Amino acid sequence: MHRVGGQLVRGVKAQQKRSLSAALPPKKVEVFIDGKSLLVDPGMTILQACALVGVDIPRFCYHDRLSIAGNCRMCLVEVEKSVKPVASCAMPVMNGMKVKTNSDFVRKAREGVMEFMLNNHPLDCPICDQGGECDLQDQAVAFGSDRGRLQSRYDGKRALEDKNIGPLVKTVMTRCIQCTRCVRFANEVAAFPDFGTTGRGQDLQIGTYVEKFFASELSGNIIDICPVGALTSKQYAFTARPWETRKTESVDVMDGTGSNIVLSHRTGELLRVIPKINDDINEEWIGDQSRFAVDGLKVQRLLTPMIRGADGQLKPASWEEALFTVAAKLRETPAEQKAAVAGGLNDVESLVALKDLFNRFNSENVMTEEEFPETSGGSDLRSNYVFNDGIASVESADAILLVGTNPRFEAPTLNARIRKSFLYSDVQIGVIGAETELTYEYDYLGASAKAIDDILAGKGDFAKTLNSAATPLIIVGSQALKGESGAVLLGKLQQLAEKLGNGKQVKVLNVLQRWAGQTGAQDIGYKAGTSSIRKTPIKFLYLLGADEGKVTKANLDPSAFVVYQGHHGDAGAEMADVILPGAAYTEKEGTYVNTEGRSQRAYPAVSPPGDARVDWKIIRAVSEVAGKALPYSDLKEIRQRLNEIAPHLLRYRDLEPSPFVKQALQLAQTSGSIDVDVSPALRELSDYYQTNVISRNSRSMAQAKKAAIENKSNPYAEEPTYARL
Amino acid sequence: MALKGVAVLTKGMFGRMPAQLAISSVPSNTIQRRSNYKFVGMPNETDGTVAGDLNYGLHTVFFTELFRGFGVMLGHVFMEPATINYPFEKGPLSSRFRGEHALRRYPSGEERCIACKLCEAICPAQAITIEAETRPDGSRRTTRYDIDMTKCIYCGLCQEACPVDAIVEGPNFEYSTETHEELLYNKEKLLLNGDRWEPELASNLQAEYLYR
Repeated sequence: MHRVGGQLVRGVKAQQKRSLSAALPPKKVEVFIDGKSLLVDPGMTILQACALVGVDIPRFCYHDRLSIAGNCRMCLVEVEKSVKPVASCAMPVMNGMKVKTNSDFVRKAREGVMEFMLNNHPLDCPICDQGGECDLQDQAVAFGSDRGRLQSRYDGKRALEDKNIGPLVKTVMTRCIQCTRCVRFANEVAAFPDFGTTGRGQDLQIGTYVEKFFASELSGNIIDICPVGALTSKQYAFTARPWETRKTESVDVMDGTGSNIVLSHRTGELLRVIPKINDDINEEWIGDQSRFAVDGLKVQRLLTPMIRGADGQLKPASWEEALFTVAAKLRETPAEQKAAVAGGLNDVESLVALKDLFNRFNSENVMTEEEFPETSGGSDLRSNYVFNDGIASVESADAILLVGTNPRFEAPTLNARIRKSFLYSDVQIGVIGAETELTYEYDYLGASAKAIDDILAGKGDFAKTLNSAATPLIIVGSQALKGESGAVLLGKLQQLAEKLGNGKQVKVLNVLQRWAGQTGAQDIGYKAGTSSIRKTPIKFLYLLGADEGKVTKANLDPSAFVVYQGHHGDAGAEMADVILPGAAYTEKEGTYVNTEGRSQRAYPAVSPPGDARVDWKIIRAVSEVAGKALPYSDLKEIRQRLNEIAPHLLRYRDLEPSPFVKQALQLAQTSGSIDVDVSPALRELSDYYQTNVISRNSRSMAQAKKAAIENKSNPYAEEPTYARL
Repeated sequence: MALKGVAVLTKGMFGRMPAQLAISSVPSNTIQRRSNYKFVGMPNETDGTVAGDLNYGLHTVFFTELFRGFGVMLGHVFMEPATINYPFEKGPLSSRFRGEHALRRYPSGEERCIACKLCEAICPAQAITIEAETRPDGSRRTTRYDIDMTKCIYCGLCQEACPVDAIVEGPNFEYSTETHEELLYNKEKLLLNGDRWEPELASNLQAEYLYR
């Protein structure tokens, strides 16, 4: 099986590296693009140089974030003194090069390439899902000829059997133009080396050779990078055309990184999710959960308020009845017997409203389901619970220590960055936790967190690597930071971070949150963890999208009254006495703070189904019925309130740095045992697909999980090996 | 022919001076002719000479106009009538006539429409609504194909856009209804139209295939 390597990109990267280490800045080379003089860095390709002056070269195989293959030949340009046209994507610039991108010679070359491509491309645009957003369609119109010389009666067209690569991606291999973008993506980004090409020339085929599930958490991205309709989404198959959909920019809530997404919808129905480029967070990838779990938003939804009757059955009720029931209970329960628990998918607006509501009733008992140490500084100092250095810092790190986290499944796009760093630099990676299949080589330091002690003491090879690193990073999973040992672990990591980061530009300690709403909740003062519920008998419990089953009826007073506000009928709704139907992330305008502490705004694509309402408005209504109305009644006013509490919440897209790292260290609790297993819960691909209430209700995620489980018994599934390029 | 004969006859008897002559009594070499326009308004009743005035007076006195009118009427008695006895008789229709819409099927009975949505996209009146999904056998088909016939402007762009000749505008123009709702066609109605009109639709397409 032939794999397309990235010879050239490696050369370029190496050159850039060398030039970085040199004291002198690299000498610029002068090139002329269509007569315009331009100074560019050496090692740049002609295509990149053209992009700098706004000349867009047509391309199929070239992709910004993948290695260069140079096999589609669409990017041909004329270079003076060169007899033949030159593939601009693979040709580095040279001093004094004169490039013509729009001469007759170039146009003829492109027309010829296009004719060859269309020779073997089926004319099935009307039934192709890519129709309307197809690079081949667009470029055939722009650069192709209006007639071809193919006589299919004599020559025939190439046709291939479709491959089955799982329940998420649909393949129509006859449409493939062999650009090998997907192969390069699979090998470089997704680390699924089984995907490659077989055969040569006319017989070249893309695929896994033996039928196999595309076992990657990033598999959906091959749909986006495919320039034609060979790889399309099974979920979105035949549903809509790009010209009839509306697009809303939003933020993904499936993991803590807050990937930027575009929600595509039509006539009030959400159709698909595609990534939006954000170089600081997700580059241009998103995980399969973010992309495909949206079908879970159409099933098992809470559509009307419900009240549990005397017979123990939940019955539909009007908003008025539900609100009055909740407000009455809220008023009559003493402050110390009230509690509110927020799940992980909430926007900051609703969290603020809920906290304000409880504060009006003299209760501070608001908490999140996800745990975080209360001691050792806890959530008091922001640097303790955010990804301090920012996600992009992974690329410049030269040593990374992963503690109790599996970024591959907890934050797939972050993991893709670590892999990128692994491929193109000499970064050393160490893992404390489970010995799982990450997409890079790493030094395994054991399942127990006591390996930190050894590193602190400077014992072992990896400790030396970390100590000598110029930009070390520690990424600790929020799951490892729970309970008493979690506090000590946090303290020791702070110590280690101080030791490693002394005098360096990096803060070293980075917490990878698993939930999209967690950082925001801790920012505005929610207690992390539900332990306080178990201490005093709670008679009034308000669950805001809390579906992970951290609190059960057994933890409460037997006569406890439970209110559930959320969008899905799951664990939380099951134990509720009153259900208030809320909106999912695609249905409300909200602020989300990602694990870096970057505040981002999501916009509603569709309206909440049935009688469901936007969450903060429900809480506002409860407060009014309960007689202590919250002082905001529209989005602008509640954002004003956000600004009072924490101004950074409104500084959208900016990364708010967290100071007081030194002070955090003073609070660190470093005495105590950390000899605990910090293996993350998500270890295999099959664990990845259903991690929250939306994806648990998603049909396509269930199918993917099934395929991943079945793939484990596939005799042809091989153990991948990861090597640097 | 009969009319023409009578007209020539009447002109010979009571004919007036042609209008052009009447106004261009000025010698043509003294004015420059700028165009070939002809005066088509009411001709002058008289050219202003005594003979002309006398002629006009005689026509008025003897009601010659009346008799010429009778002549025209008499001519029409012998002519073929221009009207037809609709609805028992119908005029000829071009094979390009754009009437009521129909969704066609393949001879196998499989519906032609593949839900490519090109007709929906091109429809200038936005009268077409399509929803599609994968049929259990994996093929791309519509689950909904609606045309609002009251929005439709019968421009025929939908049938031009259709890559599989599924949506066509057939020869039928007699589908008036009593209510608005009956003119909101759904897929079932359109397919039924297709089945009913298939012989005509097919022969129209056959007649036009050279010009498409």
